[in-house]
Amino acid sequence: MDLSFISAYTPMYIEAAGLTIRIALYGIAGAFGVGILCSLIKELNIPVLKQLAQIYIELSRNTPLLIQLFFLYFGLPKLGIVLSSETCAVTGLIFLGGSYMAEGFRAGIDGVPQIQRESAYSLGMTKKQTFWRIVVPQAVATSVPVFCANIIFLIKETSVFSAVALADLMYVTKDLIGLYYKTDEALFMLVVSYLVILLPISLLSSYMERRVRYAGFGNTGIVSGH
Amino acid sequence: MQDSGIQVLFQGINFVRLLEGLWVSLKLALVSMAFSMVLGFLMGILMAGRNRIVGFVCRVYLEIVRIMPQLVLLFLVYFGAAKHLGIDISGELAAVIVFSFWGTAEMGDLVRSALISIPKHQYESGYSLGLSRMQLYRHIILPQTFRRLLPSAVNLLTRMIKTTSLAVLIGVVEVVKVGKQIIDASRYENPKAALWIYGTIFILYFAVCFPISKLSTVLEKKLQV
Repeated sequence: MDLSFISAYTPMYIEAAGLTIRIALYGIAGAFGVGILCSLIKELNIPVLKQLAQIYIELSRNTPLLIQLFFLYFGLPKLGIVLSSETCAVTGLIFLGGSYMAEGFRAGIDGVPQIQRESAYSLGMTKKQTFWRIVVPQAVATSVPVFCANIIFLIKETSVFSAVALADLMYVTKDLIGLYYKTDEALFMLVVSYLVILLPISLLSSYMERRVRYAGFGNTGIVSGH
Repeated sequence: MQDSGIQVLFQGINFVRLLEGLWVSLKLALVSMAFSMVLGFLMGILMAGRNRIVGFVCRVYLEIVRIMPQLVLLFLVYFGAAKHLGIDISGELAAVIVFSFWGTAEMGDLVRSALISIPKHQYESGYSLGLSRMQLYRHIILPQTFRRLLPSAVNLLTRMIKTTSLAVLIGVVEVVKVGKQIIDASRYENPKAALWIYGTIFILYFAVCFPISKLSTVLEKKLQV
């Protein structure tokens, strides 16, 4: 292993990692918004919009991010819609993540037993009070593990952005391997970069999961899975 | 109709070629899934067991797979093997190795949670009825494990199919690569080909994954214990 090579190219990796993190942040925030919107539409049972949300969720969950990106990046310009690599990446991540977040919210809300609502009503709480004081706190507790899993999943998915010519960690690695044959060094830094990004988040999320386990009442029937 | 470019799909055998490309991706997914099922079962049984060291090793393996993006693992195997083992493994082989490695961990975790979710009294009742260990597993534990496992295993298959789309990035000639070839070949007479080809690939993936994930949901409802 060539240490001088590693130190020479560390700034490049830091820059690429910064890009990955920035896009992941935008994407996750956007996905969160889309997720809330979709689950609100479903919760309020708005016709037409409800069906549209369902179609979106199915499309997004049953296609790979890579294909979504190719369509956005190479397909849409033919319709006159030209997106930059970065916009494409963020849009793709929001499109993918929105449905996972929506499912997370829904699972949380559905997971609150009906008796909780009924009890609140019989105590004289209004519908609004019941929703915010009884349903939401319990729904959050069951959703947090799903959200943490989704966040990690979305950050991992950012690794495909090199396919739309974004100079991310994978792109830099491939470049260095192609240019200098420094395969070991480049791969080593790639793994380290992702560890540095994802390990703290993974540890933090298991900590969070333990903290919010107040509404579990022993039945931790949490479904994870993408 | 004005030139929309959709005819690219019907020229020659373009559409059949896309389907053939899709079959390459699906084959990768099915082969990796088969390995993952077998190895994942073993891993799940090991993880559900009481051996601390084995459990710890499995845990570390699972965390590595959970944290590292699959594409990073693909790069490691594809570029790393070429350099260190001196063998030039094909993209397909690298993909099967990595996706099996990933799938085994996911499957192992599913099997583990299915196994530990079987209540203890099921074992005890079995024994008190005079069943042998073999009989107990054959007639009581495994059937229940399968029921709990099936929906999530089917779900894992759709994730596997979606994940195999990454193989194009290490040079496997699958559906996306075929699509690119078609687009490049018709660059001049049909500049809008990209829209239709990538649109079609998007729909194809959906057509494959949607029924499988629906099946998973149906099974989940039907097999609820």
